[in-house]
Amino acid sequence: MTTRTVNFKIYRYDPDQDAKPYLQDISVECDPTDKKLLDVLVKLKAKDDSLSFRRSCREGVCGSDAMNINGKNGLACLTDLSSFVEGKPIVLRPLPGLPVIRDLIVDMTQFFKQYHSIKPYLINNDPPPERERLQSPEDREELNGLYECILCACCTTACPSFWWNPDKFVGPAGLLNAYRFIADTRDQATSERLDDLEDPYRLFRCHTIMNCVDVCPKNLNPTKAIGKIKDMMVKRAV
Amino acid sequence: MNRIIVGAHYGLKDWLAQRISAIVMATYSVFIGIALASGGAASYESWRALMSGSVTRFATFLFIVSVCYHAWIGVRDIWMDYVNSVAVRLTLHVLTILGLVGCAGWAVQILWRL
Amino acid sequence: MNVPIRKFDAVIVGAGGAGLRAAIQLSEAGYKTAVLTKVFPTRSHTVAAQGGVAASLGNSEEDHWHWHMYDTVKGSDWLGDQDAIEFMCRKANEVVVELEHYGMPFDRLDNGKIYQRPFGGHMSNFGEKPVRRSCAAADRTGHAMLHAMYQRNVKVNTQFFVEWQALDLIRDAEGDVLGVTAMEMETGEIVMFHAKATIFATGGAGRIYYSSTNAFINTGDGLGMAARAGIPLEDMEFWQFHPTGVAGAGVLITEGVRGEGGILRNSSGERFMERYAPNAKDLASRDVVSRAMVTEINEGRGCGPNKDYVLLDITHLPPETIMKRLPGIHEIALQFAGVDALKEPIPVVPTCHYQMGGIPTNYHGQVVLGADSTPVPGFYAAGECACASVHGANRLGTNSLLDLLVFGKSAGESAVNDLRDSGRHHKPLPQAEIDNSVARVERLNSQKDGADVHETRLAMQRVMQKHAGVFRFNDLLKEGVQKIFAVADDVARTGIKDKSKVFNTARIEALELDNLVEVAKSTMVSAEARKESRGAHVRDDAHDTAETPNGRDDKNWLKHSLWHRDGNRLDYKPVHMKPLSVESIELKKRAY
Repeated sequence: MTTRTVNFKIYRYDPDQDAKPYLQDISVECDPTDKKLLDVLVKLKAKDDSLSFRRSCREGVCGSDAMNINGKNGLACLTDLSSFVEGKPIVLRPLPGLPVIRDLIVDMTQFFKQYHSIKPYLINNDPPPERERLQSPEDREELNGLYECILCACCTTACPSFWWNPDKFVGPAGLLNAYRFIADTRDQATSERLDDLEDPYRLFRCHTIMNCVDVCPKNLNPTKAIGKIKDMMVKRAV
Repeated sequence: MNRIIVGAHYGLKDWLAQRISAIVMATYSVFIGIALASGGAASYESWRALMSGSVTRFATFLFIVSVCYHAWIGVRDIWMDYVNSVAVRLTLHVLTILGLVGCAGWAVQILWRL
Repeated sequence: MNVPIRKFDAVIVGAGGAGLRAAIQLSEAGYKTAVLTKVFPTRSHTVAAQGGVAASLGNSEEDHWHWHMYDTVKGSDWLGDQDAIEFMCRKANEVVVELEHYGMPFDRLDNGKIYQRPFGGHMSNFGEKPVRRSCAAADRTGHAMLHAMYQRNVKVNTQFFVEWQALDLIRDAEGDVLGVTAMEMETGEIVMFHAKATIFATGGAGRIYYSSTNAFINTGDGLGMAARAGIPLEDMEFWQFHPTGVAGAGVLITEGVRGEGGILRNSSGERFMERYAPNAKDLASRDVVSRAMVTEINEGRGCGPNKDYVLLDITHLPPETIMKRLPGIHEIALQFAGVDALKEPIPVVPTCHYQMGGIPTNYHGQVVLGADSTPVPGFYAAGECACASVHGANRLGTNSLLDLLVFGKSAGESAVNDLRDSGRHHKPLPQAEIDNSVARVERLNSQKDGADVHETRLAMQRVMQKHAGVFRFNDLLKEGVQKIFAVADDVARTGIKDKSKVFNTARIEALELDNLVEVAKSTMVSAEARKESRGAHVRDDAHDTAETPNGRDDKNWLKHSLWHRDGNRLDYKPVHMKPLSVESIELKKRAY
């Protein structure tokens, strides 16, 4: 089996030991069974158990291992090793714009706070029928490209508007999910949801920079969802 | 406790205003460009004739108002993003408004003097 | 040692499907509930379920809960408790409809009802022909379901403790459960969660095997905690190997692929399942398909340079169907197998997927002890960590999501009822038990020249893979028991180099290994002892005779194993053959 050496520069910071963060040079021997970046990170952790990162499903549905890879947010488990230029070190940093807890682990409190702020649940005050509420396949189709969000925070932490106003701007992930409920024909709180977002910060800090679309590991399009919310607001207002 | 208060309901209005003012600015720029290229800028007299026509004067006025309103929203957003002290921000907002209103008034004065 | 104590009415450990479903019940009833979870709720492994959730809604064709019950009993190779199975199948419509009301984005039929697809082992009219019973949201049913339930919990204001690792189950001298000790990962602080009701919903332990569809977090924490606290583990010899894990990567390819018309082929392109299951073919039960695949590979009809996998072919399906019903599979095939499933077949191998056994419970979700199934006061369990037992020796696809909904709800309901009616109060805490728990963490902090966690875990996984795989052999099992206890000795002296208090994932992995190894021991010991073939447990020395159909020995082995950690002891309890309201489903030879 042919092995190859992969070089890394990894952001390291343990507040318990380090005065300040630093970039650590590490290299590791990879064999052909190491296909994804996460495979190599697991290997690195076997060598140095202090290297800290989140991971779980290793197939891109849980959203744990989001990080900044060579300057671009992504999931380690969906990033092919072969996508890197050979010889050049791979630079890994925590997601930008959120406080670092340790190494590649960030504090996602603010991200989830924004997600929770859009009331991410179906609101329907009719007494629940005995069977399922009906929804046509076409109406259901409206939710495609929205409900698949895995809350990995790649998009939101790539958004400059979120960097400037993390406390007030909902961010692409939150807004995508807001539209997921606005678009759901079973939800009855459309007006309240639009009211809640009609604010110079919450929705309108989106300046269609589209970093979110660029980085989403599930190929979702938050900018499009945000556009649809704006359309609905205009339709409602005129 | 630092409470985050949102819900100032002018997000849509401003967003829409910025887009509409942009359309006004773009349309004006195209037409005035054509008018100037096709002889309007040949001499001071021709320029003056063009700019003092009532249609042009009205259009230019609309353009100036659009520029100012568009600029107001953009500059205000910058203050909102980067200036965290409410007092300083309010002062900057007021200065921006005064500056823009001043510019607009001055432009109107020039227009109607022609 | 001074450990801070926090009091709650109920503590739920785990925020996957079962934990979230139980939490809804408790929060809606207004009880002060803490949900402890080592990952953010939507990162729990329920998120990876793909194909669907079973319910005899009958949206596409006639269906009946009794047929579903029959299929489940047959699928379980008659080891499932028929009272629990009837309970689950009868509750299926209710819990699925509830989920729809919570906002779950199910796919829809033209008439607006929930879309249903066929799945392995689910038949109409008592085993006649495949039936569309699996309610699906494309091939992301688990994801849609987990998010919908988390969202419902947000609505009812459930209190979550995110990224807290539960350490030990605390029982007093009378055996009552009083809560758990847990560690906040971010700070390393240990807290005693003192509760009147404790619900375990900690999921499976698929990571005991080297090759597994399971997430890194599936480390059997609840089973380890229960075993250390003197609760036996039931039917741990039964592990489901999913027929279609991506060869090499282990990532799951849903059975829904075959439900939509996918076909398994060997090296000569033959649809080999026709030989093994002439009636259900590719949609036979998972244990049957996995064994057929391994047989094909062992007999030299595998594919690839090493002839070590078979092919899952969907190239004959219309591309629109694939992109509409199986978009995630198309993505996974591209990502992890490097093939475009529209044009090429996907290389697959049977991969460890699901643990049928677990913490013994009744169908109320109460944890029970002994042959007469006496409930443990204050202790409940649901989902993969529990054994109700509805899956018996082999689980049908889509019954796991149903299991966690039905028993998550009933565990929550039981806790609510007990809190309301039985006057449970916060009993005094046994300090020695709390100290023992803290000592486990202290040992890790002070261990010198300890065994490497990564290496030890790998050793365990290799032993399990080799000695307790799809096919089992007497000598390999006997040797496996020796080897797994040798590994357990190493686990007792693991060491970590990272001593930081802040988000110490090395420490978490070491604590997880403590739990994994209990599961591994229970599996190997229970498997070695069971001298028959049943469902997923198949021994080469159990032969197909008139007395023992498919090697199944009902005279001696129609019973649940119970493994006790203390003294590494096994005992057994009878299978509940009597359902709640219908006739018992008679034993017969299992064929598809």
